[in-house]
Amino acid sequence: MSAQPLPQIGELPPETVTRTLEGGDSHTINFGPQHPAAHGVLRLVLEMKGEVVERADPHVGLLHRGTEKLIEHKTYIQALPYFDRLDYVAPMSMEHSFALATERLLGIEVPERAQYIRVLFAEVSRLLNHLLNITTYVMDCGGITPALWGFEQRETLLEFYEQVSGSHYHANYFRPGGVAKDLPPGMEKNIADWANKFPDFIRDMERLVTENRIFKQRTVDIGIISPEQAIEWGFSGPCLRASGCAWDLRKSQPYDVYDRMEFDVPVGTRGDCYDRYLVRVLEMKESLKIIHQCLAQMKPGPIKTQDHKITPPKRGEMKRSMEALIHHFKLYTEGYHVPAGATYTVTEAPKGEFGVYLVADGSNKPYRCKIRSPGYAHLQAMELLSKGHMLADAVAIIGSLDVVFGEIDR
Amino acid sequence: MAENEIAPAETPAPENPLRVLGTAMADAAQGAVTDVTLERAGAELVLRVQRDALIPVMTLLHDDPRFAFEQCMDICAVDWPENAERFEVVYNLLSLTHNHRVRVVVTTDEATPVASVVGIWPGVTWFEREVWDMHGVVFAGQSDLRRILTDYGFEGHPLRKDFPMTGYVELRYDEELKRVAYAPVQLTQEFRDFDYMSPWEAMTTLPGDEKVHQNRLEGPAA
Repeated sequence: MSAQPLPQIGELPPETVTRTLEGGDSHTINFGPQHPAAHGVLRLVLEMKGEVVERADPHVGLLHRGTEKLIEHKTYIQALPYFDRLDYVAPMSMEHSFALATERLLGIEVPERAQYIRVLFAEVSRLLNHLLNITTYVMDCGGITPALWGFEQRETLLEFYEQVSGSHYHANYFRPGGVAKDLPPGMEKNIADWANKFPDFIRDMERLVTENRIFKQRTVDIGIISPEQAIEWGFSGPCLRASGCAWDLRKSQPYDVYDRMEFDVPVGTRGDCYDRYLVRVLEMKESLKIIHQCLAQMKPGPIKTQDHKITPPKRGEMKRSMEALIHHFKLYTEGYHVPAGATYTVTEAPKGEFGVYLVADGSNKPYRCKIRSPGYAHLQAMELLSKGHMLADAVAIIGSLDVVFGEIDR
Repeated sequence: MAENEIAPAETPAPENPLRVLGTAMADAAQGAVTDVTLERAGAELVLRVQRDALIPVMTLLHDDPRFAFEQCMDICAVDWPENAERFEVVYNLLSLTHNHRVRVVVTTDEATPVASVVGIWPGVTWFEREVWDMHGVVFAGQSDLRRILTDYGFEGHPLRKDFPMTGYVELRYDEELKRVAYAPVQLTQEFRDFDYMSPWEAMTTLPGDEKVHQNRLEGPAA
């Protein structure tokens, strides 16, 4: 804020007169919903005392599309693409939870190759997410270059998405029973080549950011949350680990082939904005390890369950086999019926615990599908994190929490 | 076959650890837990709890070192309009120390409040606000029960089963009023909610095929 000579109260039009409370001036700021540092459509009502945040009240829901209501009216196959539109930064991670939940209710096993492909692309998604978060977060704190570099890397990863699913973002690739298609020829080599080069990018970016004086001034000791607080506020993922809790669902409650992967869980010590940045950088390196292991261990084989009441038959089979044609028709009109039951299925999405509480009533549509998004719990702690900090620190805190409104507003 | 008949009597199958845990919870809760079930072939533990006893049970689950549910990861509601108490409020709890989960279910109706668990886990406020917003379940003791995901001034609770998917009002920017205006929903074509339950069943019974049709509906005659 530049120092200006303060005008006398009488000179100002009435609406600009600041409200004066006991002990100093206090005023309310509307931060967003259209503000580049709000990471989407966050309306943050800040009560300020001078330039210090007294209260922070995030108003969410501006991107609410009624996903859960829509899913209740769609078959299980039709419901899956809605998950791409939740956390649109890492679409396949969202699909993963729903696919696993449906499989668990159906009680089906997924072929090994499909599990490897899913883990591979879950980690690609994690890189996509962390690349976007770290670089835009640094941009919020004044550094432009990492964002320019990071988006180039994201483009490469999104091309991998496109090669397997046909789309950069709306992938619809992880399906109950496996994945939609096998990797195209040469894909594994492309990913391996890229994964060999990627550490150079991390090194370059770290040289720009990690010990950067300005970045550290903006983030070290800002928005501290203790491990006890992080736990009781429902934190998960990198935000919880930055506070010092070594909790990772890929280790503690492994799904698909994560139990065969060797990787470390980076943990912070202070729980401030800087630690949340560091944890994400280290997680990118761990993700690379997992990608290499997946590529090394993957063997050719089926990529979806061979029960054609759940997954569609091959196109060529449909030309010859009447049964395949019937399966195809039934699958894309009626869908499959899921036995009655409920499951709360979680995955370690890039942002934290992404849960799907799926209730089936034996019909071909979910009876209820509650989506538990990690960002929702994190943003709730905004007041706790920003109280007593300056307005500019609130921007750094929002960046470090990694909020994406697709998943928060649903 | 003979082996199968003897085996259970001599060596009982090792008890599912979740079953043991659920029984311990039910014992510790002294009758407040009405039902302990295992969903999904014994992989998920579900406790049904009396609504009045929710706070003591949740406090027990949080404080007792055997259970130690430090995190309440999610609260949601499920609407079963045909039930007398139509809403199930579902709490998904997680213990980081023991690495186990439990689902606590209470039932309620439109008018009866459920006690808020905000005193046990401060991070549940938004989840309770969402349940209020989406289903209209009231939480007693929750000081901040504003709507959260719907519009300011929204009416109704959209995730109730009797709320139409298209809603009641639509928005547009009114050039004359220079603001957003609300109007009743008008669909240019009727919403196409096909009944795909079974395309085969919908076919009329062909002459001479009546017996097949009847068998399918009632099962073959004895």
